[in-house]
Amino acid sequence: MKYKSQKVAYWFFALSMLLLSLQLIYGFIMGFAHIGYDNLHDIIPFNTARAVHTNLLVVWLLSGFMGAAYYIIPEEAENELVSVKWAYIQLISLAIVGVIAIVGYHFNYWEGRKFLEIPRPLDWLVVLNVLTFLGLILATLFRGKKKTTTSLVLTMGLVFAALLYLPGMIWFDNQTMDSFFRWWVVHLWVEGVWELIMGGILAFLLIKLTGVDREVIEKWLYVIVGLTFISGILGTGHHYYFIGTPKYWLIIGGIFSAMEPLAFLGMALFAVAMYRKGEKKHPNKIALMWTLGTAILSFVGAGLLGLAHTLPQVNLWTHGTLVTAMHGHLAFWGAYGMIVLAIISYTMPNLTGRKLYDSSKGLLAFWLSNIGMIGMTTAFAAAGVAQVYLNRIMGLDFGDSQNEIQVHFIILILCATLFTIGIAMFIIEFIKYGRPNNETLNNH
Amino acid sequence: MLSKSQARTFFLGGTVLSFLVFLGLSWHSLSKEVPKQTHEENLTPEVVRGKHLWDSNNCMGCHTIFGEGAYYAPELTKVVERRGDEYIKAVLKSPIPWSPRGRKMVAYNFSDTEVNDLLAFLKWTGGVDLNGFPPKPKYKTSINN
Repeated sequence: MKYKSQKVAYWFFALSMLLLSLQLIYGFIMGFAHIGYDNLHDIIPFNTARAVHTNLLVVWLLSGFMGAAYYIIPEEAENELVSVKWAYIQLISLAIVGVIAIVGYHFNYWEGRKFLEIPRPLDWLVVLNVLTFLGLILATLFRGKKKTTTSLVLTMGLVFAALLYLPGMIWFDNQTMDSFFRWWVVHLWVEGVWELIMGGILAFLLIKLTGVDREVIEKWLYVIVGLTFISGILGTGHHYYFIGTPKYWLIIGGIFSAMEPLAFLGMALFAVAMYRKGEKKHPNKIALMWTLGTAILSFVGAGLLGLAHTLPQVNLWTHGTLVTAMHGHLAFWGAYGMIVLAIISYTMPNLTGRKLYDSSKGLLAFWLSNIGMIGMTTAFAAAGVAQVYLNRIMGLDFGDSQNEIQVHFIILILCATLFTIGIAMFIIEFIKYGRPNNETLNNH
Repeated sequence: MLSKSQARTFFLGGTVLSFLVFLGLSWHSLSKEVPKQTHEENLTPEVVRGKHLWDSNNCMGCHTIFGEGAYYAPELTKVVERRGDEYIKAVLKSPIPWSPRGRKMVAYNFSDTEVNDLLAFLKWTGGVDLNGFPPKPKYKTSINN
């Protein structure tokens, strides 16, 4: 750690881990509901569990990204964070807004707009919070000595993510318009600007872990984020196939979203190539595993599994089925969950001075969570494909087809248990690292 | 070999170009086509109130509409055509959780006005031109109704 203020990152990571744990609990509630055990229906009906599960995901990832930015930007810009106090205010307000939203979902206080269930009055608090965050990051960056490509790409991703939140706050009477702009937030986040954030964090990690020349890494970073936007922006069209929008989106969405895996393929090839090229062998192997893991699994989960149902001829049958859940789980985990765990694994020894690089628990956390998540994805795939054939193609009633595929949810729960054990081990390691301290300044 | 500044030009140029094309197409869709495809003239106050009820109760947290939402409960885009008014009214008014094949729906116990609003909203969604979604099953089983 080079700057005292980087310690702020720790608390964002801690919040992130707390929310991740809660997310898993609500995931299990839904898994059990699918096999007939919806005993909590009166307190936590499925739609509550679902909104909490997905919103916690978004907030733990955002908290992780913010932590990453608070660590990376001072180091890249060579400048202390402009105000540590405001960073803590931002952290606490983020936690408070999150808690109000999550509690509200249990009392029918929400807006049923997938992923954007936060009611609009609370949206304004989110906006304030994010403005504070961006103000701190931008001021630190522009008052700093250096403006590296890595820090600019990361910051650009964060600024665009904030701007793109706004279209989701407009009220429309027409469901089609509502959905049209909801995807400006959701799609352009996860298949656009979040990839910039991921790319920025990935480049930072590769520079630190492989020792490859910054110029080489950052050049490829531009190519990758270029591919991301060229495919991803018009790739939004794959959400406009069947919502009441014109037919030309079938062609545009089909072509451009079929190109989306290229950006993720680029990311995977880039990470592996830099690893092989690198002469420096950083002792933090666990961080390296998460870094290479995120690059490769994001290609599989976001890239390939997305491609599997993105063409309109296929999507006509799979749209709105569990096939989407299959893709969603591995995509979010591979691309965004793992990059947050990668930056946490890299920064913790630097923040706390404890070098738990090679612990068997850390390795087990990596393997169990990944094997668990790949198993869950397979269970969703089996359930989703069976649902498409039974319900959509054969015309079996929805409820009957769901009862036929129940067995896959038992497998899902078993794999989710494996995943949870992995995550629990990661969190135990996180706790074992202890608190950040100043002893580690300039100590790596 | 590609230089860093060429890579940056590729990124900035590609992004700006893609975004401009996207904005143009979005503008065309929303101003010219969507009003026709969704029959905006049919967006009566009942439909709008129905949409608000749909939102404020997070129906999308279990069901899908236009294929969007959660996968726990049936797609509702053409539900009026499939089930008829009376069945839907019974579901929405039910004082106990509706649970036809094991899965429970929240007992909303909606009032008559609310039921009519939601029904108007669902009827409106059924009339939207969705480019062939949801597709008709290729085989009709006897169980389907």
